[in-house]
Amino acid sequence: MKRLIIATIVLFGLAVGMSQAGSVYPEIPMASGEAHPEGNEYWRVNHMDLLRHDRDLTMREGIRDTDASIAECVTCHAVNGLDAKPVTVKSEDHFCRVCHDYAAVKIDCFQCHNSIPPELSGASLMFKKQANTLEVLMAYIEGLSR
Amino acid sequence: MNIPKSSPTGGCGGGCPTKEKGADLHRRDFLKSGAAMATVTLAPGVTLMSMGSGVAAAANPDTRWGLLIDAAKCPSDCSACVTACSDEHGWENNGEPTDPQWIRKVTLKNRDTGFENSLPVMCQHCANPPCVDVCPTGASFKREDGIVLVDRHTCIGCRYCMMACPFKARSFVHEPVTGQKVTTPRGNGTVEGCNMCVHKLDRGEGTTACVEACKITGNNAMIFGDLNDAESDISKALANYPSIELRADLKLNLGVRYQNI
Repeated sequence: MKRLIIATIVLFGLAVGMSQAGSVYPEIPMASGEAHPEGNEYWRVNHMDLLRHDRDLTMREGIRDTDASIAECVTCHAVNGLDAKPVTVKSEDHFCRVCHDYAAVKIDCFQCHNSIPPELSGASLMFKKQANTLEVLMAYIEGLSR
Repeated sequence: MNIPKSSPTGGCGGGCPTKEKGADLHRRDFLKSGAAMATVTLAPGVTLMSMGSGVAAAANPDTRWGLLIDAAKCPSDCSACVTACSDEHGWENNGEPTDPQWIRKVTLKNRDTGFENSLPVMCQHCANPPCVDVCPTGASFKREDGIVLVDRHTCIGCRYCMMACPFKARSFVHEPVTGQKVTTPRGNGTVEGCNMCVHKLDRGEGTTACVEACKITGNNAMIFGDLNDAESDISKALANYPSIELRADLKLNLGVRYQNI
């Protein structure tokens, strides 16, 4: 019983702290481009599996017009530094690092992949599929309501 | 028989937690596969759209990409193919023994006559690649269209493939890499080698950086094409003129062939 009371007090304290500080969660930088049709929550939970699946398709079978490509991730989710240029993963402000630092999960992707938008802007967007306008609008509205 | 009144696992002798865990895993796997299937079903439509805009489909098992190099047309003072490869893929060789070597110029000398030949050597894209045989993780693999690649996602950097390769075609990345090309991810602790400009082929360009550079110099010492297509330039050249494979005694059936050496 004593434990339960302590736990309740701690939880209450946390809740008050959270409401005062806005949130204990990291501030996730806004992305450019269209919102994910599946919604941000889905991508937050599943991005690693989607990327892993598509990386095998690209690497093994040569399918490069996949839905999830790391080049597109870093293009839309680029965060500009003080010099108005996208920051690399070495910076704490990099989109991926904001959450990964918070969750203490190491990112291995950028040992080999570039962490800033590709200089050949056409290269990664070459295969970008033409999205359904209605789908995009719905996703956008859904994104706003989040 | 002495049966305990209650066991810490809730009376089912350790069976229950395992079962629950099993069920949980199963559920997770099921969700995972659902996500994967959604991605797969999206892919064909996407491919069709890309095909419409002149982009070729992915690795095709009916194709076998190959190169034919005419050593007689390759001057010893030209290294345009090496420079082009370096620019295309973003590797740099400063002459250190550990520097990457996706493609290099080799000079062959006949000791009896003193005759010298100069030619580029890169991954020979064997049909029976020894690097794939020895790879402990499956990172070294041959694509359906005959291109031998390293999957750096699974490469552990053991360098067995470098030992196995009769052509010293692969190199190891010893230092952290930054500023990689979007089409050629490469990084510390993995093995790399000629990938026959696989990103260009997947885009449907049907050529490689080295061959294009060779054409620009006017030497035209390299021909790229589909070995399985009897109508391709490379197949016609191979059918009409003598050519050899390097180390033909190993019976590796190489994708890169040479003339006049």
